[in-house]
Amino acid sequence: MRFDVNAQVRDLPDVPPWESLLSVLRDRLGLYGAKNACEQGECGSCTVLLEGAPVCACLVPAARAAEREVVTIEGLDDDVLATSVREAIRRCGGVQCGFCTPGFVVSATATLRRDPCLAKTDLPEALSGNLCRCTGYRKILQAVEDVARPGEGVGGSDER
Amino acid sequence: MSADPIAREAPATGRPWGGGAIGDSPARPDGDLKVRGRFAFSSDLHVDGMLWGATVRSPHPHARVLGIDAATAAAMPGVHAVLTAADVPGANSFGLIVADQPVLAAEVVRFEGEAVAIVAAESLEAARRAAEAVVVAYEPLSVVHRVVDALAGEVTVHPAGNVVRDIRIRRGTEDGLTAPVVVRGEYRVGMQDQAPLGTESGLAVPRPDGGVDLYANTQWIHADRNQLASVLALPPSSIHVQLAGVGGAFGAREDISLQAHLCLLALRTGRPVKMVYSREESFYGHVHRHSGVLRYEHGADRDGRLRYVRCEIELDGGAYASTSSPVVSNTAAFAVGPYACPAVDIRAVVAYTNNPPCGAMRGFGAVQAAVGHEAQMDRLARELGMDPLELRLLNVLGDGDLMPTGQPVPGVVPARALLEELRSMPLPPERVDDRDPLTLPGGAGYVTRGEGVVRGVGYGIGFKAGGMPEGVRDFSTARVRVRRHADGVVAEVATAAAEVGQGLVSVVAQIVRTELGVDDVVVLPADTGVGSAGSSSASRQTYMTGGAVKVACDAVRLELLTRAHDRFGHLFPELLEFGHEVTLAAGALLGAEGRAVCTIADLLDGGAIEEERRFDHHPTTSLDEDGQGSPHIQFIFAAHRAVADVDVETGLSRLVELAVVQDVGRAINPLAVEGQMEGGTAQGIGLALMEEIQVREGRVLNPSFTDYLIPTTLDVPPMRLKILEIPDEAAPYGIKGAGEPATISSTPAVVAALREASGRDLARVPVRPWDLIPDLSELASPPGAGSHDNLHEGA
Repeated sequence: MRFDVNAQVRDLPDVPPWESLLSVLRDRLGLYGAKNACEQGECGSCTVLLEGAPVCACLVPAARAAEREVVTIEGLDDDVLATSVREAIRRCGGVQCGFCTPGFVVSATATLRRDPCLAKTDLPEALSGNLCRCTGYRKILQAVEDVARPGEGVGGSDER
Repeated sequence: MSADPIAREAPATGRPWGGGAIGDSPARPDGDLKVRGRFAFSSDLHVDGMLWGATVRSPHPHARVLGIDAATAAAMPGVHAVLTAADVPGANSFGLIVADQPVLAAEVVRFEGEAVAIVAAESLEAARRAAEAVVVAYEPLSVVHRVVDALAGEVTVHPAGNVVRDIRIRRGTEDGLTAPVVVRGEYRVGMQDQAPLGTESGLAVPRPDGGVDLYANTQWIHADRNQLASVLALPPSSIHVQLAGVGGAFGAREDISLQAHLCLLALRTGRPVKMVYSREESFYGHVHRHSGVLRYEHGADRDGRLRYVRCEIELDGGAYASTSSPVVSNTAAFAVGPYACPAVDIRAVVAYTNNPPCGAMRGFGAVQAAVGHEAQMDRLARELGMDPLELRLLNVLGDGDLMPTGQPVPGVVPARALLEELRSMPLPPERVDDRDPLTLPGGAGYVTRGEGVVRGVGYGIGFKAGGMPEGVRDFSTARVRVRRHADGVVAEVATAAAEVGQGLVSVVAQIVRTELGVDDVVVLPADTGVGSAGSSSASRQTYMTGGAVKVACDAVRLELLTRAHDRFGHLFPELLEFGHEVTLAAGALLGAEGRAVCTIADLLDGGAIEEERRFDHHPTTSLDEDGQGSPHIQFIFAAHRAVADVDVETGLSRLVELAVVQDVGRAINPLAVEGQMEGGTAQGIGLALMEEIQVREGRVLNPSFTDYLIPTTLDVPPMRLKILEIPDEAAPYGIKGAGEPATISSTPAVVAALREASGRDLARVPVRPWDLIPDLSELASPPGAGSHDNLHEGA
């Protein structure tokens, strides 16, 4: 099977068509940025972009991903928007254990690409597919709002 | 084999994370790797030639093991080992306090999911297939699944009986317990899971000398190592444990899970072995927060002042002891809440059952207590026609007041200040009926237009002890090395303290920068090459390991000053008075009035300075037969105000806002403290509204994130935060543990808001939609309502 991962074509023999994209990325390609926390599409830790749209890699069979463009957190290293998201999440204290973080960066980047100022997006709704157990989400939401609306009283209605 | 399986996790040398002293909020040193997906979690480890491990688990909550046939599994292609109890070279038992849990069950299994055999194979798939091929013959036994049955003792889970601990705390009861106003209540708390996103995982690598190197995500590497030494029949020095990227903990990793299994397989096969639990296996592989029943009787004067509190508590310990003993001690000691009360009579029991083993989770027994004592305070307020906040302010602990144990709460007690801060915070705007439907209960389900929606406001205050209780001699160790390098001076800090996500790596570096005036600080990966740091639990690491780092820095400073004195004492007489007028700042040693004496680099010409120190907290005592003593190091408090909208027609609710006030003594890193407050609050919301491991006759019904719900972005409302800094004079920098308090008071505050909005009693958590609907209890049970209440069944 042939995969286009992070702008590189990878030919992988012997991938069963039902193997998950997450397994292909982690166990065959050594791309550990997408995390495995539930294998049921509930937690979003394995979020990657498939043809530009966020998906849970654990739910995508390899055959569905073959011949299509896959971008993982590693492939967003030089992406300007993703870099802004990453820096904002760090600055705002949105990182604790970090297990959910790559998934949040990918989901938030996809959300902001679709709607850069979050004019048509309910942000909590847009990120509700990504679970975080450490932060209580407020600092992550604040970070993404900061990127969408820089300089506008950060943090929504959070006050301190 | 690659040289070091987690080398890519180490931060680059130089200045990976910029400045930041105590009181600053510098960027986390591991933050860049984490946001780029490059931080190596234990599930990401890989070495060439490694095998994969899998575990055979009991399908029965209680059964005799008649025999294990591993022949088929062992003969499968790619399988290198199938191990059972007979293959454990040392003691086949582990446990943090009592080693009562088998590494691999021998004659009896005592809970569903107990490990019976382990397999190593060339791939994860092969290992899992082989595990399925192991044939275990069981004879099912009677299942003890209710605490009440456990205490009746007809069936024993362990030969010595079913009581893990039975504790009584009694004070001021000589004249009997009477009062003009009495309120009673019975409250139930569901079994909560820590649900850290990173499941249990690790890699064991056999060493040529017969020892083993273990890389795992854990909370306490020395406790792991010491238990492994006993299981593997190896000296502790032959076992090297290094913390691998953790992925959250919250108590789930205080006991060992797969550590012994990994080492057994690696030592048997002579190959590195990796294991990663699936989410389902993780639910079976670690302990949970105890479910329990709390029965209260509060007596008060007509003006609302507490006269006495009587309380009976039963916790379900599950199949093995884990930390049940200190958990139940905490539930008892904090059963009254942060209130002054002249007479208390508390009895708390934790029992063995064939339910999942329960142990440490954030809040550690105080969470269950707070659900009860706060509900009682609201009930008393209602009975007296008083404002719940005023009733709390009337009774809250003040300076010099005593705990039920007779221990005085030292220093300035922050409880009143916390409540007054909450009172001064503005409420969120009133509900408007034409608002966005997404902001109504049910959200995008569009189940209401707002007609049945009622708003409620509730308060909760809670506290617990920071650190290990009841006379435990707890300590931490730190080694600080200061040396020259190309660009100047670097300080390297080695501790065995587990960074589980809380930000200890930032805090340690901040302390070193502040104490030594060295900007460039590298916090080395935690391993057993340095003395124990104790557990990353009980809100203790900033206090204990922060304290150890501070005293190690003090020793380094003394050596720097000694060297400075030897070279420059004739020019700077103040150097003779060590420490008095001399400071270390910005890489320089400054004498009186800030006169520069020399750079720190100059003083390292004579070689690097390295000091290792151990830090001990002040001693505590055990409890006597009336539960009297001084068992606690320090007391840590938080309070919440919750505002909730409840649709009393559907039973759906939506949190509007939470206000959180917490006293941390001194905020070493305010941003990290906020993270603890917000994250702890979210876990408390989970227990209030949705999180419960459903257990039926010993079987877990919902071991997945599809069926065990944790809060999402849609469930955690905006928060107002306020950090108070009322120092603990006995603690380094005045620190009070920050990790747990917000988890304790958020649950009762949320429940109180729901209670006010719905008018329902709400005597159990989590609150379910049908609990919020008026009068439904008098109609037929809603579909599934009865059958979904495992607390009905428990005790």
